[in-house]
Amino acid sequence: MSAVSTNVNPENSFQASIKDALLAAFLTGVLGFYFLALRTDIAPGGLAITTRWGLWLSAIAIVFAGRLLLNLFVWRTDKPITRGLASAGSGVGTALPDLGKWLGRVLFAFAVVLPFFFIIFFPAQQRQYIDLAILIMTYIMLGWGLNIVVGLAGLLDLGYVAFYAVGAYSFALLSTHFEFIGFWTALPLAGLLAAFWGLILGFPVLRLRGDYLAIVTLAFGEIIRVVLLNWYEFTGGPNGISGIPKPTFFGLEFSRGEGGFADFFGLEFSTIHRFVYLYYIIFLLAIITNIVTMRLRRLPVGRAWEALREDEIACRSLGINTTNTKLTAFAIGAMFGGFAGSFFATRQGFISPESFTFLESAIILAIVVLGGLGSQIGVVIASIVMIGGIEMLRNIGFLSQIFGPGFDPTQYRMLIFGLAMVLIMVWKPRGLVSTREPSAVLKEKKKIGADMVAQGEGH
Amino acid sequence: MSTTAQTPLLSVRGVETYYGKIVALRGVDVDVNRGEIVTLIGANGAGKSTLMMTICGSPQARTGSVIYDGTDITMMPTHEIMRLGIAQSPEGRRIFPRMTVLENLQMGAQLVAPEHFDDDLRKVYELFPRLKERAGQRGGTLSGGEQQMLAIARALMSRPKLLLLDEPSLGLAPLIVKQIFEAVKELNRTEGLTVFLVEQNAFHALKLAHRGYVMVNGNITMSGTGAELLKREEVRAAYLEGGRH
Amino acid sequence: MSAAAVRKPAESAPAKWDEDPVLTVEHLTMRFGGLVAINDLSFNVGRGQITALIGPNGAGKTTVFNCVTGFYKPTEGRIVMRHGPGRQQQAIDKLTEGGLKWQATSEGAVFLLERMPDFEISHQAKVARTFQNIRLFGGMTVLENLLVAQHNVLMKASGFTLGGIVGIPSFRKAEQVAIDKAVYWLEQVHLIERADDPAGDLPYGAQRRLEIARAMCTEPQLLCLDEPAAGLNPRESAELNELLQYIRANHETSILLIEHDMGVVMEISDHIVVLDYGVKISDGDADFVRNDPSVIAAYLGVEDEEIEAAPEVASLVVEAIGGDAAKEVGIKAAAVPAADDEAHPGSRPSGLSAAREGGPDKLTRIKGVGPVNEKKLNGLGIWHFDQVASWKKAEVEWVGSYLAFPGRIEREEWVKQAKTLAKSSKGKTGGAK
Repeated sequence: MSAVSTNVNPENSFQASIKDALLAAFLTGVLGFYFLALRTDIAPGGLAITTRWGLWLSAIAIVFAGRLLLNLFVWRTDKPITRGLASAGSGVGTALPDLGKWLGRVLFAFAVVLPFFFIIFFPAQQRQYIDLAILIMTYIMLGWGLNIVVGLAGLLDLGYVAFYAVGAYSFALLSTHFEFIGFWTALPLAGLLAAFWGLILGFPVLRLRGDYLAIVTLAFGEIIRVVLLNWYEFTGGPNGISGIPKPTFFGLEFSRGEGGFADFFGLEFSTIHRFVYLYYIIFLLAIITNIVTMRLRRLPVGRAWEALREDEIACRSLGINTTNTKLTAFAIGAMFGGFAGSFFATRQGFISPESFTFLESAIILAIVVLGGLGSQIGVVIASIVMIGGIEMLRNIGFLSQIFGPGFDPTQYRMLIFGLAMVLIMVWKPRGLVSTREPSAVLKEKKKIGADMVAQGEGH
Repeated sequence: MSTTAQTPLLSVRGVETYYGKIVALRGVDVDVNRGEIVTLIGANGAGKSTLMMTICGSPQARTGSVIYDGTDITMMPTHEIMRLGIAQSPEGRRIFPRMTVLENLQMGAQLVAPEHFDDDLRKVYELFPRLKERAGQRGGTLSGGEQQMLAIARALMSRPKLLLLDEPSLGLAPLIVKQIFEAVKELNRTEGLTVFLVEQNAFHALKLAHRGYVMVNGNITMSGTGAELLKREEVRAAYLEGGRH
Repeated sequence: MSAAAVRKPAESAPAKWDEDPVLTVEHLTMRFGGLVAINDLSFNVGRGQITALIGPNGAGKTTVFNCVTGFYKPTEGRIVMRHGPGRQQQAIDKLTEGGLKWQATSEGAVFLLERMPDFEISHQAKVARTFQNIRLFGGMTVLENLLVAQHNVLMKASGFTLGGIVGIPSFRKAEQVAIDKAVYWLEQVHLIERADDPAGDLPYGAQRRLEIARAMCTEPQLLCLDEPAAGLNPRESAELNELLQYIRANHETSILLIEHDMGVVMEISDHIVVLDYGVKISDGDADFVRNDPSVIAAYLGVEDEEIEAAPEVASLVVEAIGGDAAKEVGIKAAAVPAADDEAHPGSRPSGLSAAREGGPDKLTRIKGVGPVNEKKLNGLGIWHFDQVASWKKAEVEWVGSYLAFPGRIEREEWVKQAKTLAKSSKGKTGGAK
C-alpha cells in the first residue's frame, strides 16, 4: 500500500484524493443514515423516531477528513509518513526472533516469580491477577499443544477443544468414581486418554486434505461436546460434574485447620496458597510442553512433521509414512490438550459441556495463528495479548468517560478485540513471530523468512 | 497514446527489483520493438524470470520504469497490464488444474471478442494437436509437457500484441520445441506478433530471435542481434557449450 | 502394438539389462477412466546402468515413474525390484503366487512394487525419485532437507522418539553420521556453502541438484529422475552428466531417468527405452535408438542442418522416404532403394507421380502426421487428403508397417481425419476429385 511511485503528479493526486474522500464520505452518509441519523425509541402508543443529525454529520466529517489525510500523506504521496513506521515495524519483525531469546528469558524469569510479585505489589487484587495468570498460562499450554498440530505438521484442526474436554472429563470421572485417584495419578491417565482419542479421530480424518480436514475436525469437536451433553447417566449432561477434588501438595490439602498445607508449614491460612500452587502446576505443565516440543522439533519425528507441512508427496517419496507421522502429531498435540483439560477440571472443581464450545477452539487457534505458526514465543505473546486483553477490557473505566456514562466497555470488548486482531493481521499477516528457526545447523544459524515456509493443509 | 513506429513497444529503463531486501535486478534496460522477437538468456538465478514478472507488475519495480506502448505500466496492477494486450506464459506452467483444457483456453480468451474464439481455438489446436485430443481433460491431469503447451496456447488465445514466454521449451520433447519455435516465428512473420522470450535453451532462442540480451546477476551484460551473440566467444563459452548445443 | 512389433537390434548376445536387471517392468498397463496412459509396457533396467526413458510429451513416461514409485497403483502388470545380482526368477515366481510384498533371498531380496505403498517402496525396496516440478521442503534449510531424507534411519536410532527425548547418546552418534552423509552429498553437488540457507532460496539449477542429493541420502538401489536437466543451461547439464556418472561409478545405484535433453540422454545412457502413446516403440542402446526411424519420426525429428551434416541420418531418411521425394526435400543420395512392397503386410496404396493441380495438401494437418511422415507419404505418391481417406484396412496396415507405426494410424484415425479434411478442402478448391 505504501508503494513508492516515482511518477505521481501532485495536482492530480490532490484532486483524486479529494474525490476519493468525498466518495467515502458519501458512502458513510448512505450507510449510516438508518443507523446513526435515525433512531427509534419506544414512546407511549408505539415507536417514535428521533433524529440525530449531529452524530450523522460528524461521522461523515470524520470519514472525509480521515480518508483525505490518509490519501494525502500515505497512499498517494512520494513520501508516505508511514514509511518510517513500516520499516520500523519490519525492523521489529526481524529483530523479534533475535529478541526472542532475550524476551523469552525475561518472560520466564517473570513467570517464575509472578505470584510473589502480585502478592507483594498488588495485595488488594492478588487473587484476581494470579487467577488471570493461571488462565493465560492454560491458554499458553493449549496454544503450544495445538502448535504441534497446526504450526509444525500443518494440519488445520478446528476441534482441538475436544481433547481439552476429554482430558477434563477423564480426570473428573476418574476422580469422582475412584476415591484413590487424585490429581497426580489422573493427570497422565487423562493425557493418555486424550492421545488415544487423538488417534481415533486421526484415522478417518487424516486421509482428508485442506478444507475438508478443517471441517471434519470441527465436527469432531462438536460431536464430543454433544455426546457429553446428552450422555446423561455418564457425564451428568448439562449439569456437568461437580466436586472434583483439588490437587494436593504431596498429600497435603489446601484447607483450613489441622493437616492442611498452611498448618503443616506453620503458615497462617490463606486462600491464596491454593492459587499460587495451581499457578505453579500449570506453569510446570506448560514448561514441560515447551521443552518436549522443542526437543521433538530436533528429532526426526519433528523434522518429518515440518517436512509434511512443506510437501507431503516429497515426504512419501523419501520413505516417510505420512499417516503415522500425522497421527503422532495429532496424538501428541491431543495429549497436551488432555493435560491442560485435567488441570482445568481440578482448578474449577466443576465442569460442564458449556466450557468446551467451538469458541474455545477458535480462541486457541487464533492464539497460534496470531503468534505465528510454529513459533513458541509467539504463542506466549498472543496468549497474553488475547486472554489478558479480553480480561483487561472488562474493567476499563476510562472508556466510559469518553463515551458517556451509559457506555459499558464489556459490551464492546469483542468488537475492540476483533478490531485488534484485524489490525495485527494487516500489520503482520503471518503472525507476530513469523520466521522459522532451523532445527539443524552446519555452520551458521540463519532465520528463515515467512515467505519461504509453507503453511500446510487448509490454510 | 499516440505512438510512432520508432518508439519501442516495450521499453524497460533502469529497473531495480527487490525480493524483500534481496536485490534481483540492478538497473536493467531492455527494448522490444514492434514486430521483433527478442530473447533474454542467462544462467539460472540471473534474474530473467524476475524481469519477466516485473514487466507484468508482480513484483513491481522499486525504481526505474516500464513503458508499454506509450503507457507507464510500472505501478499498474497485473490485471490492468494484461488488458493492454500483453500475454504471458509464466514459468512453472500456471494453468488452472481443475478446469478442462478447453476451459483453460476459454479463460485465456476472456479479453477477446467472442467471435474470434472458434478461429483462435482452431489455430492453437493446429499448433498443438495434443491439446485437441485432451480438450475435455482436466488441466491438472495433463503431463508436464502438455501443461506447458497449454500455458502457451492460453497466452495465444488472448490475441496479444506482446507475448512474454518464460522458458517455453522447459520439459518439452525436441520435436515439440521445434514446432513451438517455428510457430512463434510464423506468428511473428504473418501477424507481426512481438515476442519477448526468456530461454535457457540459448542456442535455439538466439537462432530464432532478431535480437538478444544476456543477463548476469541482475545486470544486462551484452546485447546484439541473435547471430552476433551466437558468435561471441563469451556467450558460447557460458551458455552454448557443454551440452550438445 | 505389442512389444513384438518393436524393431529389434541385430541379433547378438543378450544385453546387460536383460541379464542382470535391477528393475523389471512387465506388461504394465495403466488406465485412467477410459484413457489408456500405458499399454502393456515391458522393459528392464540394468543393474549399475543408466537407463533413459524418452518419448513425446504425454507418452506416459511420468506415469511409468509414478507406478514404479508407488504413487499410482497400476491397473495391470508386475513391477519387480531386485536387490542382489541375477534375475532371481524362482523367488519372484514364488512371491507372485504368494500374498507377500517382498521376500529376502540368498542373493538379496525381491520386491513386487505394485503391491507396496509409496513410502515402503522408498524405505524397503530402496527406490528413490525426484520430481519434474521440484519438490523440496522450501522452508527448511538445505541441511534439514537431507536429514529428512534419512528419517527412517534416524527414527530407529532415536528409539522411535522416546530415546531421543531423553537424549540417548547413540542417537547423537547416529545424527552425526547423518550430518556427515549430508555433508558428503552437499560436497558432491557443490552446495556445501549453502547448507544453512532455506532450500526455497536456491536458484533453479541448485534446487535440481539438491533434490538429487536428497534422494541419494536414502541410499537407493534405484534412482528415478524425472527430467533432471529441465531448465538447466548447457553448462549445468554437463555438470549433471558428471554427477550422474559419478553416482554410477561410485555408488551401487542404478539410474532410471526421463529426459528431453538429448545431450544428456545420448551421452550418459547405457540403455534407452522410447515410449509413444503408452507403448514402447524402441528399446536399445543410444546408437540403436538414435538411428531408429520410428524414434526419429515420433520424437527426435530431423534437423535440416543435421541432414546436411550427418550423412548416415540422411541416407536413413532417404531410405525411409524414397528417392523421388528425397530429391524434392533436397537430399542427395547415391543409391535409393525403392520401397519394397513385399516387406510389409497388407497392400501398398496407389499413389500419384505428382501432386494435382493446385499443389499438394498439407498432410501435417492430419493429427499424428509430422513433417517427416509427410515426406515419406509424398514419397509413396500420397499428396492429398482424399487419397488417405480412401485407404482400406489393407492399405492402413501396409502404411502402418512402412512408417514403422503399427497400429497408430487406426488409433489416430487418420482416415477419418482425412475424410473431414478432404471435405473441407473440396469446398475451397472446387472439388479436386
